Amino acid sequence: MTELQLLDGCAAITEAALAAGCRFFAGYPMSPFTGLLESMSRRMTQAGGTCVNAESEIEGINMALGASAAGARAATGSCGQGIALMQEAIAEMALNQTPMVVFNMARNQQDYFQCTRGGGWGDYRTLTLAPKDVPEAAEHTQLLFWLAERHRMPVILYGDPVLAQTQVGVRIEPRDHGPLPPRDWVLDGSQGGTGHSRQVWTWAMGKVTDPGPGPDGQWRAMAEKFDRIAASEQRSEAYRTEDADTIVVAFGTAALFVAYVVDELRAEGMRVGLFRPVTLWPFPAAALAEVTRTASRVLVFELNAGQMLDDVRQHVHDRETVGFIGGVSIHESGLTFGPLLDAAPIRERIVSAIDGQAPASLPAGRGGAR
Amino acid sequence: MTESPLVDTTAPPPGADGAVPVARARPSLILGEHGLCPGCGEPVALRLLLEVLQELDLVTRAIGVVGHGCYGSFVTIMDVDVLQCLHGRAPSCATGIKRVRPDVAVFTLQGDGDMVNEGLQEVLHTAARSENVTCILLNNGVFGDTGGQQTATTVVGQRTKTSLEGRDPAVHGYPIPIADLVASLPGVAYVARGAVSTPGEVGRTKRLLRTAFERQLEGAGFGLVEILTMCPTGWFVPASSGPGYLAESMVATYALGELSLRGAR
Repeated sequence: MTELQLLDGCAAITEAALAAGCRFFAGYPMSPFTGLLESMSRRMTQAGGTCVNAESEIEGINMALGASAAGARAATGSCGQGIALMQEAIAEMALNQTPMVVFNMARNQQDYFQCTRGGGWGDYRTLTLAPKDVPEAAEHTQLLFWLAERHRMPVILYGDPVLAQTQVGVRIEPRDHGPLPPRDWVLDGSQGGTGHSRQVWTWAMGKVTDPGPGPDGQWRAMAEKFDRIAASEQRSEAYRTEDADTIVVAFGTAALFVAYVVDELRAEGMRVGLFRPVTLWPFPAAALAEVTRTASRVLVFELNAGQMLDDVRQHVHDRETVGFIGGVSIHESGLTFGPLLDAAPIRERIVSAIDGQAPASLPAGRGGAR
Repeated sequence: MTESPLVDTTAPPPGADGAVPVARARPSLILGEHGLCPGCGEPVALRLLLEVLQELDLVTRAIGVVGHGCYGSFVTIMDVDVLQCLHGRAPSCATGIKRVRPDVAVFTLQGDGDMVNEGLQEVLHTAARSENVTCILLNNGVFGDTGGQQTATTVVGQRTKTSLEGRDPAVHGYPIPIADLVASLPGVAYVARGAVSTPGEVGRTKRLLRTAFERQLEGAGFGLVEILTMCPTGWFVPASSGPGYLAESMVATYALGELSLRGAR
């Protein structure tokens, strides 16, 4: 067994990325992603890889795209605002089939739509994992490099400031997730002059001597691929839901706090459980429908104005049971969560909902949340 | 169906007695016909590039990164490993490729809209980092692919669909001499500007490209070769007037020659 190390989330992700074979990283500082860029910068060189302090997020992700197309396990990252600048390249990689791991070390949970819908063009998807704590982030990191290469697509780890900056004991165990497809698409420069030189291209038109599927064929194939991934890669965790009358749905760090409150309320005899989407896309639709079959109340807790709420309402067993107990809550610095990420307000909101009352702390405005 | 009146310039002309004129031998790295307009300068530049790759024995160790413009269609006829990238981002993609495969010759193929409009930041930062790649700019001063609009290199007085009375600095600002700008940066190894408007300039431009790749193979650092190319369609002049228009308008703004030899032996 490997040694137990005291690492913050950024350092743990870095070690896990190296264990997964990542040898190229490019990024642009932005807190709390900055910590990941710094640890990658320090460790990547020691591991014989490359870390470029890119001059912009756009340059960073395109460097990583080039590195990945040339055969390196590559990654980049930022916070939601910087990830916004990367949307063009994320969509491009989804459609030209370049593997990539994107670390969104976000400031809050307001990037759910960005991770699961994206802002690029075309029929594309980004597989997104939302770890609840540092050890899981390290596990997810290795899984993501495997998923990115298996499906040849950009994948996202959705972290947050708590995850990035909390130090915990972690063991980085190299994981074997199984065989990967041949890397016969990698550009190594060797195929020039053969009539079958390689091409990484969203439009996939191929060479005149060796035509590709073209945009219609390529984009249909990608749509079918994402359909398959949507069906095969759903991951979730149900916690104390067996006989639960009330099920709270939460992801990431917020789910960790909800689990604590669930334990408190269970100790008091209340039949409350937690359902945690681990993949935000594909959303664990089948598992949510099943776990909410007998619940009379499904409460969505997320630190935003109600984004995952859309997915819960779409896939829950009975839409009429869904209530929203989350909300926007940002620290005055703008850089991390506000006071709503705590056991007491979460407990108050769950109990008020069960009692059929609006909690005193419910914000007046909830954006587009119904 | 009558026989095509087009002259096949890819084979020796009748009566050549088996001698293959060098200027007519198609480089084997060109897989088929280009679909660009009569009088376009870009296929000439492509040919020079591919000839240089062959002459330097780089055929099986070269990766191109191609941007968006008319030349983007070359991806289907150039027999070289290629990443077709996003508009303007080729120097960044080339950076990633070269860092991963330092033994491969890495080049970009970009137009003025791609490099100087959309991707100005990418090319400047890549040059300042002195990445050991060769960026090739095909500069015709207009957005040819979309039908002749003003770019950041449209020369003063030039008429385009978005500067109908001619580029007026008071209204449209001034063109960016990208090669001169890059040549002023420390760490840049080789910057040159050529043209494909006359046989003499075609020959000189090929030598510039060859030197740029030689510098990359020596590990000298960033290289940029700007090639002025004719776009009679986008300039709204007859195909035969392209070379003359290029000489009168563009060369007056963009001086030809080697602009930085810092990486020279």
